[in-house]
Amino acid sequence: MSVPAIHVDNVSLRYNNAQQALQHVHLSVPQGALFGLLGPNGSGKTSLFRILATLVTPTKGIAKVFGASTETEAAAVRQRIGVVFQSPALDDTLTIRENLAFQGALYGLHGAALRARIDTVLQHVDLTDRAHDAVDTLSGGLARRADLARGLLHQPDLLLLDEPTAGLDPMARRSFWETVSTLQATEGTTMVVATHLMDEAERCDAVAILSEGELVVEGQPATLRAALGDEMLWLATDAPHDLARDVNARFGGTVHAFDQGVQLLHDDATQLVSALYTAFGDRIQSATVRPPTLEDVFMAHAGTRLDADRASLAPAYSA
Amino acid sequence: MPTALLTIAALCRREILKFVRDRSRVAGVLVQPLAFWLLLGLGFQGAFQMPNSPVGAVGYVEFLFPGILALVLLFTAIFSTISIVEERASGFLQTVLIAPTSRTAIVLGNALGGTLLASVQALLFVAVWPWVGPGLTVGGVLYVTAICLGVGIGFTALGSAIAWRTDTTRGFHAIMNLFLLPLWFLSSAMFPLDSAAPGLRELMYANPVSYAVSGLRHGLYPDPPAVLADPALCMAITWGFAAVMVGIAVWSVHRPLYQTA
Repeated sequence: MSVPAIHVDNVSLRYNNAQQALQHVHLSVPQGALFGLLGPNGSGKTSLFRILATLVTPTKGIAKVFGASTETEAAAVRQRIGVVFQSPALDDTLTIRENLAFQGALYGLHGAALRARIDTVLQHVDLTDRAHDAVDTLSGGLARRADLARGLLHQPDLLLLDEPTAGLDPMARRSFWETVSTLQATEGTTMVVATHLMDEAERCDAVAILSEGELVVEGQPATLRAALGDEMLWLATDAPHDLARDVNARFGGTVHAFDQGVQLLHDDATQLVSALYTAFGDRIQSATVRPPTLEDVFMAHAGTRLDADRASLAPAYSA
Repeated sequence: MPTALLTIAALCRREILKFVRDRSRVAGVLVQPLAFWLLLGLGFQGAFQMPNSPVGAVGYVEFLFPGILALVLLFTAIFSTISIVEERASGFLQTVLIAPTSRTAIVLGNALGGTLLASVQALLFVAVWPWVGPGLTVGGVLYVTAICLGVGIGFTALGSAIAWRTDTTRGFHAIMNLFLLPLWFLSSAMFPLDSAAPGLRELMYANPVSYAVSGLRHGLYPDPPAVLADPALCMAITWGFAAVMVGIAVWSVHRPLYQTA
């Protein structure tokens, strides 16, 4: 069996301002995968990327990229990775082509080989006709695609994408993802995408969910959803914490309280609705039964909403 | 070609491209020092008397000229590195740092770009000299060029080292002004050593920029006024300072970008 693209073993990271960014993270990503790191802002996704990109060394544990340690074999790791950072990494005053030529030089590319490779990546991201435009004249979506071309220029075996569609409108996001899918197919690059967007995570072969610096669950999106059962129940209420406690006491199941309501995982959610209304009807504004989404998976495991800030952790009431 | 050389060339080329595309910077290149020189020079012209020389031998406009050259070099070199502060916050610098290229090459590429900009600007200004002073010689211009490059590398490297540790451009400006203006005031650019109070003289001797200004005077005059040292020592101290600053910049760029516990 081939060595995994990413192997993270018991990694913890603490910045010197005492912020604990990662705690005991274990993760393995096979070669060729499109892997999602799912979590809200502040969950540790960017810190994990910094470790994989050799920008910071873990306080504890070891991270390996294609078998090479990010700490002691950083040079080998750097040869094989490309990164599209959350904040744009292009020089605004230069044209796309000049930016790519600059990037190529950092990887030792020059002359005809560099020019040919620039032509290829520009075709991949469909920017050939904008090659001589300055980056600051591009729309957000085009600039992201140009940044993607930059990350791919040196043909990395592993591409890390940190919230690559942040700030893009839905159309630009879809177009960006189409490009990513095509690239994964044509270049065979292993891709790891950090995101807090459900629909992006759904596109991945497998996802790992990070919350508060800990990896809470990992698996294929469909498997993770299936683990929550066929259906789950949402109750809208003014006092979610009280209701969650009382529902759990009376009916069992796993119950989470959130700002706007109560999430109930139960073997027989549909049948439970009328019993719930009988018992707590005066406290329930509405009840929704639906198949679980990845957001539900996240909430069930992390006890918080994906779009929430790290402060609003909800207590779980579990049978 | 080795990656390190490609890196140096690419960073240097980028610095120059950025400069020529920024019209306000291009316009400021000659206008600002020219205005500074003429306003100060003509303003103090009547009040200035070169110590130990006959009245009117060296006017203040002429005396100030090498000092203005040094000012151009210092400011252009240092402030070419301000983009490092901005690029550290954006993804750009991180991209450079995770590339499999030498960090020493990154420092040298940045320094060389800023140095070339500063030196070209200073040398354009030198073209005015025949109308002000005794005229130019080939050897003199070559010597001035060598001083310009040394000052440029020293101060771009100093700027890089500080930019690397500074979070905001405002902070960078504050630190730089703290350094730059005193270094320039105490370099015999504005007043000769002989007319300074005793306490200041020691500071002027200790200031590396003094030797750059004296070096510029050596290049511009066959028998220069108000120099602190001979041409060889001026050159040695200017380039020695550059070497030390490059060392500090390389050291600071090798330190991690994020501090962990």
